[in-house]
Formats: sequence, structure tokens, C-alpha cells
Amino acid sequence: MMEAQMNAPIGKVRAMNPKIFGLWLFIISITMIFISLSSAYIVKQAEGNWRIFEFPDLFKVTSLIIVLSSVSMHWSYIAAKRNNLLQIRLGLVVTAILGAAFMIGQFVAWNELVSIDVNFSGGNPAESFVYVFTGLHVAHLIGGVIFLAVMLKASFSYKVHSKSLTKIEMCTTYWHFLGGLWLYLYLFLVLNN
Amino acid sequence: MSVTDIQLQENTAHDDHHDDHHEQSFIEKYIFSTDHKTIAKQFLITGIFWAIIGGAFSVIFRLQLGFPDMTLEWLKPILGKWIDEGGKLDQEFYLALVTMHGTIMVFFVLTAGLSGTFSNFLIPLQIGARDMASGFMNMLSYWFFFLSSVIMFISLFLETGPAAGGWTIYPPLSALPQAIQGSAGGMTLWLVSMVFFIASTLLGGINYITTVINMRTEGMSFSRLPLTIWAFFITAVIGLLSFPVLFSAALLLVFDRSLGTSFYLSEIFIGGEALPNIGGSPILYQHLFWFLGHPEVYIVLLPALGITSEIISTNSRKPIFGYRAMIGSMLAIAFLSFIVWAHHMFVSGLNPFLGSIFMFLTLIIAVPSAVKAFNYITTLWKGNIVFTPAMLFSIGLVSFFISGGVTGIFLGNSALDINLHDTYFVVAHFHLVMGSASFFGLLAGVYHWFPKMFGRMMDEKLGYIHFWVTFVGVYLVFFPLHYIGIAGFPRRYYAFTNFDAFSAFTDLNTFVSVAAILTFGAQFIFIFNFFYSMFRGRKAPANPWRSNTLEWTTPRNPGHGNWPGAIPKVYRWPYDYSKPGAEEDFIPQHIPLSQTPESNLEEENELAKTEEVRESKNVEDSH
Ligand code: HEM
Ligand SMILES: [Cu+2]
Repeated sequence: MMEAQMNAPIGKVRAMNPKIFGLWLFIISITMIFISLSSAYIVKQAEGNWRIFEFPDLFKVTSLIIVLSSVSMHWSYIAAKRNNLLQIRLGLVVTAILGAAFMIGQFVAWNELVSIDVNFSGGNPAESFVYVFTGLHVAHLIGGVIFLAVMLKASFSYKVHSKSLTKIEMCTTYWHFLGGLWLYLYLFLVLNN
Repeated sequence: MSVTDIQLQENTAHDDHHDDHHEQSFIEKYIFSTDHKTIAKQFLITGIFWAIIGGAFSVIFRLQLGFPDMTLEWLKPILGKWIDEGGKLDQEFYLALVTMHGTIMVFFVLTAGLSGTFSNFLIPLQIGARDMASGFMNMLSYWFFFLSSVIMFISLFLETGPAAGGWTIYPPLSALPQAIQGSAGGMTLWLVSMVFFIASTLLGGINYITTVINMRTEGMSFSRLPLTIWAFFITAVIGLLSFPVLFSAALLLVFDRSLGTSFYLSEIFIGGEALPNIGGSPILYQHLFWFLGHPEVYIVLLPALGITSEIISTNSRKPIFGYRAMIGSMLAIAFLSFIVWAHHMFVSGLNPFLGSIFMFLTLIIAVPSAVKAFNYITTLWKGNIVFTPAMLFSIGLVSFFISGGVTGIFLGNSALDINLHDTYFVVAHFHLVMGSASFFGLLAGVYHWFPKMFGRMMDEKLGYIHFWVTFVGVYLVFFPLHYIGIAGFPRRYYAFTNFDAFSAFTDLNTFVSVAAILTFGAQFIFIFNFFYSMFRGRKAPANPWRSNTLEWTTPRNPGHGNWPGAIPKVYRWPYDYSKPGAEEDFIPQHIPLSQTPESNLEEENELAKTEEVRESKNVEDSH
């Protein structure tokens, strides 16, 4: 009988840390923003009247930087598991510096785009889209850097250690996500051009 | 640096915070509260406020449609310059009223007011949790909604008026401030307000999903969740996936409006002057918008359906028919809702082949919808029905869901839609299936859970009057609109007096307007009942509807943390109504199988032997 099945006893409900779970849901919603913009890009491109241009080589450099920053972030996370306070802080600082370098790189790349007459406004949507993708990504990255600063402060008040990993795990997850997101965006732009 | 000086403070779960009873100040308790019950009430009150405004707007434009020759001079004190010298409603303001009516009703009343109220109120109470996963985020969710409301409200008083491009704000109209007044400042505020609204919805949704998955009490498996919770959960998932897309659509629109991009704009002449924008496409906006827009209609409807399932089962004194089929159909609806959006675009120049694919997918939605309708009816069938006001409103919902759903099948046909698109037929369709059905779900929910919210009962007699006037009124308003639509009346027109072909329908339009005004008036019976009962209502018994779910095991006025003692454990599904052999016609979820040998099925008797019963003294016995 169906009813009997439903009344079967079950053990204690297994739960994941709600904060980490919530972060994943947040990541899903950001992903939806970029998925929708990507499909808008594809739809618009398919309609024609689409300008083709070269992306700056600098994007390759910034891609490398963001991959490195993911490495240093993870290093910091592992250090937290091992209670190595110095490495936690070092990892966070290096990640933040690489994050800043990435953003400066993107900014310079925008200038290069402008110099080949690819503009955010007043031009073809193909041009504007590049700025929307990179700009929105940088906006989220700023959030990530703020998160890093918060973690750094926490590490100075001894709140990041092997028994309190939730926050740094969230920070790491978010940072990896941002790195992955950039690689996806770059690949998407290159492959669709 | 040594590692020994690390201060090892375990972050223990926040679960037992309710124990340290510190006095909360008024502000902490009623304004910046993190208690899910208070936040729910805040959403409800704000929703009611918006419903009055949204309803009043519809009365004003119905006056214009039903009595095109009437002078509206007497509205001048409220509407000011929007009533011109001749006492006529300003034509552009008419569009603004329609736009604001739609925006307010769809987003502020039936999304925030419905999900915000009942997801917040019922999720922790029905799954057995002390509060939401994050009380702070929950509070933030309300205050973002509040901010969004304030901004939208301010837009009503702008010199150029609020947004006027329809609730769907299609560009190029909405993208060009010089096109109509309503596309100027009002449109900007609309977009800003919506950004906060999206943030609010996402914060709320993340919380609902996290709470349902992670914070259920012992024994509360997914197959024992009340259907209300299933509905809120699925709604939140849909919202999480679709609202970010609205954000994208709005963002690109903001860029087009303010920063000179051309995502949606191409080759436009306005006032004899060519705009520089080249290469964009307004159809792109429609795709993005309806990718949210269609799921949004289910975000509005599903919570109401969940509430109805619960109320119909309780008041039929019967288990809900097809519990799993109900869940399955909600999941199917949720999935399908993401792949039918282009049925709103059949006549936008969409490739007819694509049109037939979307037509096919759209018509499939009728199947899970019909499953739900049949299950409600079979639950009612031969039930021991108790006609509480909540029950009447739930049955009313089922009626609207069916009569409005049927017209969806006409509209979903891409050939028929060429004729019907953008006529009053569409207006009739969605006001029945979405507007009225969800609104009835909201009212049913208020009547049913009022005793838990405020510890008092609402007046039943007033409830019955409210129901009958509203139920009959809704049909009198929206049924004739089908005929008007088939006759070809386009929506969002200021007046039809210039078309001879339409003059035969003048009386019908007057009739609709009169019915609309009466129906709107009847809502004040409810508002009186609501506020009066809050302070003067009869004190509510512990379990007034003899219901099975956990919220009725809390004290009459549950405090922060919901249960004074341990959280009850759950031993059975929530629909053990009229179980053969049982003494009473209901067995609440927290009653162990081992205490009900007389009604257990054979398998349940087996299970009862191995059941671990937890002492829970504090649970008020609701028998
Ligand atoms: C049997 C299921 C349904 C089908 C086949 C269906 C089909 C359609 C179609 C094809 C349209 C577009 C008509 C046009 O603009 O020309 C439409 C409009 C609409 N439907 Fe449905 N529908 C169904 C159920 C629902 C439900 C359950 C809701 C809400 C809870 C809903 C809400 C709406 C709304 C709000 C609009 C109009 C939006 C606007 O243009 O402002 N529909 N429906
Ligand atoms: Cu739709």
C-alpha cells in the first residue's frame, strides 16, 4: 500500500551545512544570468548584422592570472585545514593581489578594444556584448575580493582554522566559480567568433 | 607563528538559540525582525496594501472602458492633472494605469504577497524547524521588497507618470524615453524597483530551498512533506532559475535606455528623426522576458495550488487523492514551464516551424494541469466536506483553474492565436487561471492560517459573504471578456468609441465595469474582517480545523523558535484523514504508529514494532 510506504520510519534527516548549500544556490542564479546572456548572444548573432573583430591577446594573460589565483586560493584553504595561519593569510593576500591584477588586465584590455574601435555604446551589439560579459564578471569578482578581505580579517582574529572551515570553504568555492566562469566566457567568445 | 594560539571555538549549530530568552525591543520584534512568522506578516500586510492600490487602478480604467462618456472630474483631487479640462482621463495615463495594475498584481501581490507570506510562514512550521536557514537573509529579503515597493510607489507621483509600456515593458517603446511620457522617469524607476525585487525574490528563494532541504525535523522525509511545502519548494526553484533571466533582460534594457547600446534597437525613426542605433532586435527582449514570464505565471500559481491541496484535503476529511501524482504533476509543470515561452510570441514573426514546436510543448502542459484538477475533484468526491470560508475559496480556485485553463488550450494553438493574440480573450484567460485562481489561493490561505498567525479566528459569516460576492463577481467580470475578445477587441486600448463594429458591445462593457466595481468593493469586507479579527476575533483553539500538520502542535501564539520544548518528531504522512478504524477522523503527523494500532495497516503494525518513539511532553495534544 502506498500509504504504508509513506509511513515507514526513516532515520534522522541528513543535512548539509545550510550556508554552503545557500552559496551553491546563489552560484546557480548567477550562472543563469550568464546562460541567458550567452543565449541572447547566440540568438542575436544568428540574426545577422554582426560585427567580427579580434579579441586582445591580453585576455590570454588574464586567463592565466585567474587560474593562478585559484591555485593560491586553494592553497590557503588547505592551509586552513592544517591550521597553518601564516599560509592562510599569505594565500588570501596572494589571491587578492592576483584578483586585482586580473581586473587591471581586463581594464587594459578594454582600452585595447576601444583603440580598435570596439565600443560599449554606439556600436554593433557584438561589441557591447563583450563589455557586458567581462564587466558583469568583474562586478562579481569585486564581490569575491571583498569576501577575501573579510576572510583575511577573520584570519587575523583567529577565526579561520580546521574547526571552522565553513567560511573559507565558501570563499574558495566562490572564487573557483569565478575563475571557471571567466574561462567559460572567454572560450564562449572565442569559439563564437 | 605558532598554531597553538588559535582560538578553537566550535561553531555549533544555531539550532538551540531560542533558549536564551532576551527581551526583544519593539524594533527587533516587529520591524527588523528575523523571525519567519513576523516576516511573513510583513509580506502579507504589504501585499494587501498593494492589492488595494492595484485594484483601485483597475476600477479607474474600468470606469473609462465601461462609461466612455462619463466625466471623471470628481477624481481630480486624487489624479490631478491626469484628468484633463473636459473631465476625461488622460490617454497616456490610461496606459500607465494598466501597466501599474499588471506590475503590482503579478509581482507585488501574487509573487511577494503570496510566496513571501506563506512560504515564510509555513515552511518552518510545517517541516518542524525553529526558523529559516538564515533569518538575516530572510529579513533582507523583506526589506529589499520594501525598498522596491517604495521606489515603485514614488514612480506613481512623477511629473511624467509611472511606467506605461505594459507590465511586459517591451522595447522599443520602453527603451525610448522620448516615445511616451511613461517611458521617461517612470520607466527608469520601474527598472530600479525591479532590480531590488529580483534580489528580494532570490534571497527569499535561496532560503526556502535551503530550509526545506536541510532543516526538516526527524522523520520528515520528502514523501511525508505536506503538498504546501512541495509547492513552495518547487516555486522557489523555478524562481531561482528564471528571475536571473529577467535581470539580464532588464540590464540590457537599462544599457539601451541610458548608455547608448543597441541590444534591442535598430533603425528607428521617431519624430521624423533617425536614431543612431543599428543592429539590435526587440524580439531578443521578448525571448528573454518570456523565459522569465512564463515560469513566473507558475510562480504565481503553484503556491496557491499547494495551499488548496492542503485545505481541500483537511476539509474533505479525506487523504488527498494521488499524493505522488500531485508532486509529479507539479514537477512536470515546473519543467515544462521553461520550454513553452514562445507561445507568447506566435505572432512576433517567429518561424512558424518553431511555432508548432512550442505549440506542441504548450499543449502538453494541459496534461499535468488536468491531473491536478482531477485530483482535487476526486478528493472532494464523497468527502465529509466542511465548508469553511477557506474551503470555499479553495473550491473556487479549482473552478477558475479549470475554466481559465481551458482557454489556454485555444491560445496555445498557434493558428488560433493569430486571431486571439492581444485581445481581451487573453485577458480573460489569464485573469481567470492566474489572477483569480492565485488570488483565491491567497485568500484561502489567509482564512485557513489566520488562527495560527494571530491566535484568533476570523468571522465566518463575513467570510461567506465575501466568498459569494467575489466568486460570482469574478465570473461576471471575466466571462464576458471572452466574447469581447473573440469579437476582436484589442487589449490596452483607451477607448473603442471610434469603431462602429464595436458599438454592439457597449452595454456588455458597462456591465463588466459595474461587476468589477462591486467585486472590488466586496474586498473591503475582507479587509475589515482581517483587521477586526486580529484584535477582536474569537480566541482560536489549538487546532481549529482538526488538521494533521505540525503547525497546529505549536502554542496558540508561537514565540521565536516555534516550539517551547523539543521539536516534534514525525511518524506518518500528513493526510491520515478518516483512516478506517481510527477513533478520530484525523491522526496528526506527530502521533507514532505504535499509538494507533486500531487503524494501522498490516505493514504499519510491523513498522510500529521498530519505531523509535521520542518523548515529547511539550507537544500540546491536539485531540
Ligand atoms: C493549459 C495550460 C495553459 C495554456 C495552454 C496556456 C497558453 C497560453 C498562451 C498561448 C498564451 C499567449 C496568448 C497570447 O498572448 O496570444 C497565454 C497567455 C497567458 N497565460 Fe496561459 N496558458 C495555460 C495556463 C496558464 C496558467 C496556469 C497561467 C497562470 C498561472 C497562465 C497565465 C497566462 C498569462 C499571465 C498570460 C498573458 C500574459 C500577457 O500577455 O500579459 N496561463 N497562455
Ligand atoms: Cu505562457
